[in-house]
Amino acid sequence: MGYTLAEKIIAQRIGREVEAGEFIVAPVDVLLAHEGTGPLAVEQFEGLGRERLAVTTLFFFDHAAPSPRRELSNVQKRLRTFAVEKGANVSEAGSGICHQIVTEQWAKPGQIVIGADSHTCTAGALGAFATGMGSTDVAAAMALGKTWLRIPQTLRIEIGGELPPMVAAKDVILHLIGFLGADGATYKALEFGGPVVENMSVEERMTLCNMAVEAGAKAGLCAADEVTHRFLEDQGRGEDYVPLSPDPDAAYERVIELDASQLSPQVATPHFVDNARPIEEVEGMSIDQVFIGTCTNGRLSDLRVAAGILKGRKVHPHLRLLVGPASRKTYLAALREGLIETFVEAGAIILPPGCGACVGVHQGVLADGERCLSTQNRNFQGRMGNPRGEILLSSPATAAATAVRGQITDPREFIG
Amino acid sequence: MMENVLHGKVWRFGDGISTDHITPGRYYHLRGDLKALAEHALEDADSDFAQKAQPGDIVVAGKNFGQGSSREHAPLVLKERGIRVVLAQSFARIFFRNAVNVGLVPIICDTGGFETGDEIEVDLERGRVRNLTEGFERFFTPLPPIMQAILADGGLVPHILKRGGFQWDSTP
Repeated sequence: MGYTLAEKIIAQRIGREVEAGEFIVAPVDVLLAHEGTGPLAVEQFEGLGRERLAVTTLFFFDHAAPSPRRELSNVQKRLRTFAVEKGANVSEAGSGICHQIVTEQWAKPGQIVIGADSHTCTAGALGAFATGMGSTDVAAAMALGKTWLRIPQTLRIEIGGELPPMVAAKDVILHLIGFLGADGATYKALEFGGPVVENMSVEERMTLCNMAVEAGAKAGLCAADEVTHRFLEDQGRGEDYVPLSPDPDAAYERVIELDASQLSPQVATPHFVDNARPIEEVEGMSIDQVFIGTCTNGRLSDLRVAAGILKGRKVHPHLRLLVGPASRKTYLAALREGLIETFVEAGAIILPPGCGACVGVHQGVLADGERCLSTQNRNFQGRMGNPRGEILLSSPATAAATAVRGQITDPREFIG
Repeated sequence: MMENVLHGKVWRFGDGISTDHITPGRYYHLRGDLKALAEHALEDADSDFAQKAQPGDIVVAGKNFGQGSSREHAPLVLKERGIRVVLAQSFARIFFRNAVNVGLVPIICDTGGFETGDEIEVDLERGRVRNLTEGFERFFTPLPPIMQAILADGGLVPHILKRGGFQWDSTP
């Protein structure tokens, strides 16, 4: 029997045959932590008494960027000091969101990437096995260069048809999570394929893989193909490309077929991601704040779609629009294309690249009873800093259309 | 390390309790001060818990407990509050691993019929939970051997210190 993508990567990295369900110890190629999880990882690493880092270790300052409080400034300072001593890499505030930068600069097809952040699965878009863990697992890998894994069963998500205009990767993944449920893929890998995925850019594939964890999955993966190759070339690291695809006779626990042609824009209502529903059911709901950004949808293609709708229009006077590019690179590209100017002219607030608004650390904290439509990946109670606020999730197109009208709006009204 | 039979009073939670419920993002700056962070444990799911939970109490929840963010502070604040075991219908995988790594016991079992205030007894060796208030018992499947080994050593750091690595690691 052949291998799924997850099985193939792990088998190649440990140099022997594997079987889903088996417990193995595997080498780790790259690992990441940030100011929210890194300090505990460092503490645990120090507890292990090892002198050297056994693996490429990346620290990101993105969750509190720039730091809003002295406690967090001190945490960043401590991580910086440790990094200098031990040779870890630091990505300073303003550089961007960890998952964006790991995918742009570090991860390669066929690698095992772990991170002390649940959305580490984003790098699966390149054909890496990338999974989120806690600080102690990451500390163990920092010390040993290895981690333990249960080889996951794979759900193959076969996406056929063609995405209609203004319907995006985000709508596909929200719909899928609604179908699977928030625990529908727990311990499993989601492998995305089919004609729609083959035609998607790496940026769009990142949106799919990013949210795999919202169905409980350990990893989300896409094959590494010519699209991946071109993406890596654009990042100036075409030599990192290796083609990687599942075997034709791979054993999947289940194959789920989705017809993208039938899909409407999706919105997930409070307080769970799997409350996804077609926009027709929530149109007209009043919104106080719109946030376009994050590791899910803060990339250049997302900003282009949003700017396309906002160009020459104004943000509704009863609503605040926040826009956060996913990385400095994205920010610069958006500046050069005039997208940032479009947002600012429309009345948006531009946030520095980072995670603070999504995770409720700072920026864009909701008032009691307020409702935010966001392109982020989670709408859990309290997520944006106030348990009395409500968060709904959508694509950048739906978010931009909503920002113009002040209520949840079908972006298909803005076609043409 | 830990006795095998634990008695405690139940704090009952529903489905889908996220790590944002357990350790809200608005207390991000308190992650370096576990005691202070633990004063807000589960605050957004039940503010009474944060105020009144006693050491030895047992958290009992529905499906997908600990979903969301990988923050290990979630099991840590429960442990800081003296919670040593969490029973749930199912766990999100990162929380499940994190709990074991920090020495908090996650038990998967049918949690229907448990209510806040029930006195229960958890027998880790026999894989049995008794609800002494309601007079019923449930059995649960033991954790995978790897996780049992980590828990038996008191968490992942003591495990690695004791074994020089992962005990079951046969790779060079």
